[in-house]
Amino acid sequence: MFVFVVSFVTYLLLSWSGDMSIQEVTIAFFLAIAVSFMVSRSSRSGFWSMKGLSPRRLWNFLHYIFGPFAVGLFQANIDVAKRVITGEINPGIVKFNPRLKTDIGRMMLANSITLTPGTLTVDIDDEGVFYVHAINLETPNPAEEQICGSFGKWVRRIAE
Amino acid sequence: MLLAFFVGLLLLVSVVFNCLGAVSLYRFPDVYTRLHGATKCTTFGTLFIAFALLLYSIIRFMAVEGESRFLVLFIHVLIAAVVLLISNPAGAHALARAAHRSGILPEPAIVDSLEDMEKEMTRQRGGVAL
Amino acid sequence: MSASQYLFVGMALIMALLVILVSGRLIVGPTTADRLIALDVINTLVSGIMLLLGAVYDSVVMVDVAIVYMALSFVSTLYFARHLEGGF
Repeated sequence: MFVFVVSFVTYLLLSWSGDMSIQEVTIAFFLAIAVSFMVSRSSRSGFWSMKGLSPRRLWNFLHYIFGPFAVGLFQANIDVAKRVITGEINPGIVKFNPRLKTDIGRMMLANSITLTPGTLTVDIDDEGVFYVHAINLETPNPAEEQICGSFGKWVRRIAE
Repeated sequence: MLLAFFVGLLLLVSVVFNCLGAVSLYRFPDVYTRLHGATKCTTFGTLFIAFALLLYSIIRFMAVEGESRFLVLFIHVLIAAVVLLISNPAGAHALARAAHRSGILPEPAIVDSLEDMEKEMTRQRGGVAL
Repeated sequence: MSASQYLFVGMALIMALLVILVSGRLIVGPTTADRLIALDVINTLVSGIMLLLGAVYDSVVMVDVAIVYMALSFVSTLYFARHLEGGF
């Protein structure tokens, strides 16, 4: 259902130019049905699952994107800009286990890690262990908070 | 004129970060650190270009009533920014993973847990590499 | 053309210069992964140029082309990464 709503709304937004006709809405409806059936074969929850659409989850998601994620994005870029200019780096690949079970949660955390201060996801194995390349490492075995701050908590709240 | 000033400010931020992203390709020593600079700085810079376009189109839409093509521009640039924010880090992650699996090691590195894990896996399979 | 559209043209020119700067790494790059990173950066910069020129020429179609370009460059990055891994 989540995929259906997202593809329906995106098609309408992309095809809207001043006025809306009934033909456009019909085409959007059938295309969204086709897309969501294609996706539902490879996803765990079925077509009618309303799990992705609960308002609290959407609110949490928007709060996360415009709150901690935006702040982290700014800090990351200023940090990398400083390292480009001064050239002091101290890199290494470390591993940590955020104990996420769903694929969408792992995807969100990996993308957040890639775009935020000094870290880049290199690999995720089958048990959900993250291998992260950090550009400035203080200790060889850092805790989860040192790598991704409060993102693990946020993603667990949104996607589990 | 005021609109041009604010748009210019946003474009100035984006040109600074795009330049740093391009320079970081020459300044950093190995693949992974280059990927850091390239991904973060260019995503951020292009995001600020999208912000400048969003500001421009929404102000032009409000200034000229009844002209919906600026609102259409606003919506399309918004979708472009979302696509950029999703696809760019995922591509960087795929490149980092492919680089590590093809045997490029992080050159100055104080620890490499992934390589240790791969060696352990190879030992368990009886010395046969992946 | 309004003042901000001239700014967009100037920004697009600077981005084109950056594409030339980055393509140095595309040619020199010691390993294939370096070349792929340079290609990824060039794709991002070119989609930014497309967004800017869409505002300059008042054509929304150019922005649509930029969206499709981003999606296709993402797919091509995944394909090249898979090739580098030795998948096929």
